[in-house]
Amino acid sequence: MSLFTPLADSLVVARRNLIKVKRVPDLLVFTTLSPIMFVLLFAFVFGGAIGGSVTPGGNASAYREFLIAGIFAQTVVFGSTITGAGIAEDVQKGIVDRFRTLPMSPSAVLAGRTLSDVMNNVIVLVVMSVTGLIVGWRIREGFLHAVLGYLLLLVFAYAISWIMAWIGLIVPSPEVVNNASFVVIFPMTFIANTFVPLTSLPGPLRFVAEWNPISTVTQAARELFGNIPAGGGLQTPSWALQNPELYTLLWSAVILAIFIPLANAQYKRSTSR
Amino acid sequence: MADAVVAEGLVKTYGEVRALDGLDLRVPEGTVLAVLGPNGAGKTTAVKILTTLIRPDSGTASVAGVDVIASPRAVRRTIGVSGQYAAVDEYLTGYENLDMVGRLYHLGAKQARQRARDLLEQFDLADAANRMAKTYSGGMRRRLDLAGALVAHPPVLFLDEPTTGLDPRSRTGMWQVIRDLVADGTSLLLTTQYLEEADRLADNIVVIDHGRLIAEGTADQLKSQVGGERLEITVSDGTQLRRAEELLTPLAVGAVVREDDRRGLLVPVDGGASQLADALRRLDAESIAVDDVGLRRPTLDDVFLTLTGHAAEDKDAPTTGHAAAKQESAP
Repeated sequence: MSLFTPLADSLVVARRNLIKVKRVPDLLVFTTLSPIMFVLLFAFVFGGAIGGSVTPGGNASAYREFLIAGIFAQTVVFGSTITGAGIAEDVQKGIVDRFRTLPMSPSAVLAGRTLSDVMNNVIVLVVMSVTGLIVGWRIREGFLHAVLGYLLLLVFAYAISWIMAWIGLIVPSPEVVNNASFVVIFPMTFIANTFVPLTSLPGPLRFVAEWNPISTVTQAARELFGNIPAGGGLQTPSWALQNPELYTLLWSAVILAIFIPLANAQYKRSTSR
Repeated sequence: MADAVVAEGLVKTYGEVRALDGLDLRVPEGTVLAVLGPNGAGKTTAVKILTTLIRPDSGTASVAGVDVIASPRAVRRTIGVSGQYAAVDEYLTGYENLDMVGRLYHLGAKQARQRARDLLEQFDLADAANRMAKTYSGGMRRRLDLAGALVAHPPVLFLDEPTTGLDPRSRTGMWQVIRDLVADGTSLLLTTQYLEEADRLADNIVVIDHGRLIAEGTADQLKSQVGGERLEITVSDGTQLRRAEELLTPLAVGAVVREDDRRGLLVPVDGGASQLADALRRLDAESIAVDDVGLRRPTLDDVFLTLTGHAAEDKDAPTTGHAAAKQESAP
C-alpha cells in the first residue's frame, strides 16, 4: 500500500459517480437542464419586476447581470445535495457494504464522492455561464478575477457537500436527504442577496442575510466578475459583506474541519439495514 | 487443519433486541459451513461482524487467522463477500462493476480489466458485459455480485443468502456455481433459510434461532437427532384418512402427523421395511386404497421444526410446503 493509494481509490470512486451522471436521467437533468432553466426563469420572469430596485434607473438587463452570481451560488449549493442523496442511496443498496469489505482506503468513498461533485459543479457552472452570456451577462473584471470567482464558488460548495455527506450517512433513505436539504437550503439561498438587494429585507431577516455565507459567496463572485451595479442600492454594512472572500473561506474551512472527520467516523460505522 | 473462520461468544444487541446472543462458529479450511435459520435469526448480523462491517458488543472472531476486530483491513484482503441484496451498481455495466472492484483490490488497471473479462466469461455474463446491470435479471445480478466477491481470489468467502428470491432454475444454477468454487478449495460460510440449500452445499450445518446456536453437525447427524425414518402415506379417499391414522398409530414411535390437505400421514417408525409392509397390510384389511407410500429419512425441514418448534417461515422455499402444512395440522 503506497501513499497514493487513498488518492487512486478516490479517483476510482469519483469515476464511477461521473459515469452515473451520464446514465441516470435525474442527475443529467439536474446537471444540465435545470441550471439553464434557472437562469432563463429568473432573468426573464423576475427580471422586469425586481430590476428597478437594484439600480436607481434600474432595468432588466442590469438585473440580469446582478442575478447571475446569485443563481450560480444557489445552484452549486443545491448541487451538493447530490452528495448526500448519492451516499444515502449507496448505503441503502448495500454498495457501501461492498466498499467497506474491500481492502481499499476507507476515506476514499467520501473523498471520491465529494470530488466527483466538484466535477459535476464545474459542468453546471459552464452550462450556466454560457446561458448567462447568451442573456446578456458579462465578465467585466478580467479573466483572473473570474477564475477566482469560480474557484470560490466551488470551494464553498465542496465544503457544503461534506455536510451533506455526513447527513447522507445518518438518514434512513435518500428521499430524506432531498426533503431535509430542501427545507434548509432553499430558505438559506433566499434569505440572502442572491436574488434581491439586502435593502429590501426587513430587520431580522436582513441581519441573517448579511452574515449568511451564501450572501458572501454571492457577493464575492459578483465583485470578482465585476457585476456590482453602479450607483448604489447595495450597501454592504456587515463585516462579512465587506470581506466576502475571506468570510466565505473561513466558513468553508470551519465546515471542512468539522465535517470531514465527522463524516469519516460515521462512514466506518455505516451499513445497510 | 487450520480454521478459516472462528467466532466465539458473539453478542450484538440493537436496542432491546439481541440479534446475536453468544454465537460460536467454526469453518475449517477448505470446507463449507451453512448457517441455517429463519428471517431475523441473526444470520446477516453474524456475517456483518465476520466481514468487518459491524463490531460485536462482545465476543471474538478471526478470519484466516486474523482478528476481525483488531485488524479489519488485513481481514478485508483475505475475504470475498456477496450479500443478500445484490450490491452491484445498477448504472454501471457488468464489466465496469468488476473492473471497479478489481481496482479497489489494487490489482492494477491491466489485471483488473483482465480479471473482469475472465469472470464475466466464467459466470456466463460475457454477452451482457457492456449492458447496465439495471437491465440484468435477478439471477444475473446475483452472479455478477458473486463474481465481484471473487475478483481477488479470496481464500475465504461469505455468501449471505445467495439464492433468496431467485426462481428455482436460477437457484439450481447458483448452486452449481458455488459447488465449482468450493471444489477449488475455497472456504465458504453461507447463510440460508433454505434447508435444501444447506443440505446440498454444506459440509457442516449450524442451525441458529434468536441469535443462538441450537444445533450443529453434518446434515446426516442433524437428521439423526430428529429420530429415525418416517412412513409417508397418501390415501386415495380423504374421508378414510382418520381411520387410517387410527390403524397406523400403534406402529408409530412418536406422534403421527396428519396432513388433511394432501390426504397424507407421516408416521415415525423404527422398524424400516417390515413396518412398511405391516402398515400396508393393516390398510388393505379395511380396503383403504393408497395412492403413494414411502419410507423416508427426515429432511432438514423436520430438523428445523423439531429444534425450533416453528418452521422456517418462508413461503417460497425450494423444499415442498411440508413444514408449513405440518405446523397447521399439528395438534
